[in-house]
Amino acid sequence: MTTGAVPALALQGVKKSFGPIEILHGIDFALMPGEVHALIGENGAGKSTIMKILGGYLGATSGEVLLNGAPAPWRSGAEAEAMGVVVIHQEFNLAPDLTVAQNIWLGREKGGFFLDHKAMRDDTQVLLDQLECRVSPDTRIRDLPVSDRQMVEIAKALSRNARVLIMDEPSAVLTHREVEVLFRQIDRLRAQGVALLYTSHRLEEITYLADRITVLRDGAVVRQAVRGELTEDGMATAMVGRDLNDIFPPRRQDFGPAVLELRDFAVPPLVEGINLTLRRGEVLGISGLVGSGRTELAEGLMGLRPHHGTVLRNGTPISIRSVADAAARGIAYLTEDRKERGLLLAKNLRQNLTLSTLDRFGGLLISRPQEEVALDKAISDFDIRAPSREMAVGNLSGGNQQKLLLAKTMLPEPQVVIIDEPTRGIDIGTKSQIYHFIDRLAREGLSVIVISSDMPEVLGLSDRVLVMRQGRVAGVLEGDEISETAVVRLVMGTSEKVNEDA
Amino acid sequence: MRNLSLSTLGPLAALVLLVVLGAFLNSNFLSSGNITNVLARSAFIGMIAVGMTFVITSGGLDLSVGSMAAFIAGMMILAMNAMIPSLGIGVPLVLAGMGVALLVGLLAGLGNGLLITKVGIEPFIVTLGTMGIFRSLVTWIADGGTLSLNFEARQFYRPVYYDGLFGIAWPIIVFAIIAVLGEVVMRHTRYGRYCEAIGSNDKVARYSAVKVERVQLMTYVILGLLVGLATILYVPRLGSASGSTGLLWELEAIAAVIIGGTALKGGFGRVWGTVIGVLILSLIDNILNLADLVSPYLNGAIQGVIIVLAVVLQRGKSSAEGR
Ligand SMILES: Nc1ncnc2c1ncn2[C@@H]1O[C@H](COP(=O)(O)OP(=O)(O)OP(=O)(O)O)[C@@H](O)[C@H]1O
Ligand SMILES: [Mg+2]
Repeated sequence: MTTGAVPALALQGVKKSFGPIEILHGIDFALMPGEVHALIGENGAGKSTIMKILGGYLGATSGEVLLNGAPAPWRSGAEAEAMGVVVIHQEFNLAPDLTVAQNIWLGREKGGFFLDHKAMRDDTQVLLDQLECRVSPDTRIRDLPVSDRQMVEIAKALSRNARVLIMDEPSAVLTHREVEVLFRQIDRLRAQGVALLYTSHRLEEITYLADRITVLRDGAVVRQAVRGELTEDGMATAMVGRDLNDIFPPRRQDFGPAVLELRDFAVPPLVEGINLTLRRGEVLGISGLVGSGRTELAEGLMGLRPHHGTVLRNGTPISIRSVADAAARGIAYLTEDRKERGLLLAKNLRQNLTLSTLDRFGGLLISRPQEEVALDKAISDFDIRAPSREMAVGNLSGGNQQKLLLAKTMLPEPQVVIIDEPTRGIDIGTKSQIYHFIDRLAREGLSVIVISSDMPEVLGLSDRVLVMRQGRVAGVLEGDEISETAVVRLVMGTSEKVNEDA
Repeated sequence: MRNLSLSTLGPLAALVLLVVLGAFLNSNFLSSGNITNVLARSAFIGMIAVGMTFVITSGGLDLSVGSMAAFIAGMMILAMNAMIPSLGIGVPLVLAGMGVALLVGLLAGLGNGLLITKVGIEPFIVTLGTMGIFRSLVTWIADGGTLSLNFEARQFYRPVYYDGLFGIAWPIIVFAIIAVLGEVVMRHTRYGRYCEAIGSNDKVARYSAVKVERVQLMTYVILGLLVGLATILYVPRLGSASGSTGLLWELEAIAAVIIGGTALKGGFGRVWGTVIGVLILSLIDNILNLADLVSPYLNGAIQGVIIVLAVVLQRGKSSAEGR
């Protein structure tokens, strides 16, 4: 604070403990009006915890939160929000059974004794248009894909006329185009003098957005920098505390025979006419806009949605009507929605890890020691950082939840695995670890389909890239053809590729 | 046990407190006669409550168990009376009667379960419906009166309720076995784990290759069988069934499950807690009858207070976790 201006929001010597474990060890931090301040750090470093303390959702164990230089007067997140301090949480905070419009105005409904539904719906439409989000204000949240839910969350925050806007990994579930829309809104708010706090594990976003950067490691601030001072490599090194090179493994060369083939596969109403071949030891990336049917395709294949068409496994036609069927064929799926479909948030790590593989643990009775061994292995293989093994996984940091979900998916030792957004919310160091892990398994004969909205990930990890557009295959890229421009062109539909099938 | 929190120990502490109170108020309380009496009366609700624990843990509910017990008792008595000419009075007759009871229980549970899992109707609604159906069927069959077991058959069947092994009555023995089995199944088998997973979040369970419908269906079938078993032990006590047999058993069973610490919304089940819940409920009844401190008419009120208290304790626990 060399300028002498008063920070919009600041922390002074803030410590935070959960039970006996101290998570934050004396944080000093200032957020100025009209700046975008990035908070970066590994999974579990304490970013979300800091943001919750700033937004009034958690109390600090000691230390102070200052609003415009004076102790913050609020006692809850709702009170802070009423004073213009708005948080977009890492986890969704939307009521699943209410509509988009009802969620956006929840707690601040328009109208007198009777609600003014029309005004709320119209204003919601304006907000959504601003975000170029083509969702109807009357859709229920439950029926939206995660990316649209995130856009609704952003719309809700924008409707609050914030003086301080705190964003916890808002881009994690968004694709390229939606992120651009978000950034335009951020630029607009910065110009209006709003103080913005932002976190993401996509470091290129930090380079583009941040005026100032605070690096967090294990609950302490280890570095502060202004725009231009840190390269992406520099940020990664500061976060992890060691040098990182070769984020992506080298491409693989030898592939075996086809292990999975789809012929004229369809998942009504959106996905149609999919032809695809996956070879042994291959990583096939699937790219596309949100709503292009990537998740629908995967869920159809797993028997989670009605589908038709031919599925060949090692050349023989099979029919998959449930996840259990798929598991019996050695096919596993990692969902993009880890909170609603992936993990039992109230259960501990062990119970979550083994849920889909319980058959392997003991006979009539479950063998607890075997489960513990599996958990030990998962914790070390995937570098899961949990303050305690017995804690509810809902209390793990977002990235560590994702690592546990990956471990759970890999536990049955599938031969084919479909991963939907594998590294969502995972820090750069662990990402690299996971890429190398996938690479090792692929070299041992695993076949992987990676559905990802993270462009560098698709480009860096895949042997082939299949691009989907509006429920169909827009094209397939292989080897040297794989480049950002080529993928983007197919995603947007600006060129027709001859090769229509994978 | 790792987390000895208030909500874990609460029911146990309440039970101990009640025993001490009972012993203090009436010297007869700890006599073996009274203890046998309390336990034997607990046994019927107890077996049903163990089954109910699985239903509730997996996110379901069964309101029909009381009526189901009446219906099974009625069918069992009719069947036994009808079989006397061919089988005579003796072990085969009793075994046949037991078979009928278990079969009717199984079918009733299957019916509930199929309507819930295959047709996809809310458990509350399905079992509210079957609750009415079962009870009115018994009343109709009994023509508004009582169905009585043949006198000699009743004499022969009596020991199943009144006799036992090493001085412990049969219902108590069977209840103890069911309780231990239930606890083991809930804590240490896949089935119990799946019930908790489905009750926590059935979507996650489905995505984790758990056969959600089959597990849920089985909870109702098992509960039906346990109602059958309870009825087998209950019929020899009175030797008759009527439209008021098993009245409000469903509420007692559900109350016991909740007092024991199982979450009503599912996801977490505790069979030993249920057993304690059942004992608490029958001890309150017993103490009020023995001591003339409070009118026994207030039994319901006291049980009600205990239920609400139990839920308050549960909530204290979950909000602590949520922070
Ligand atoms: N309610 C809680 N109880 C116990 N531990 C908690 C709780 N909430 C968070 N933690 C722990 O605090 C640490 C910091 O978590 P936090 O969510 O702030 O990390 P983060 O930096 O946001 O990580 P990520 O990048 O994975 O989102 C983690 O180790 C987490 O497990
Ligand atoms: Mg976080």
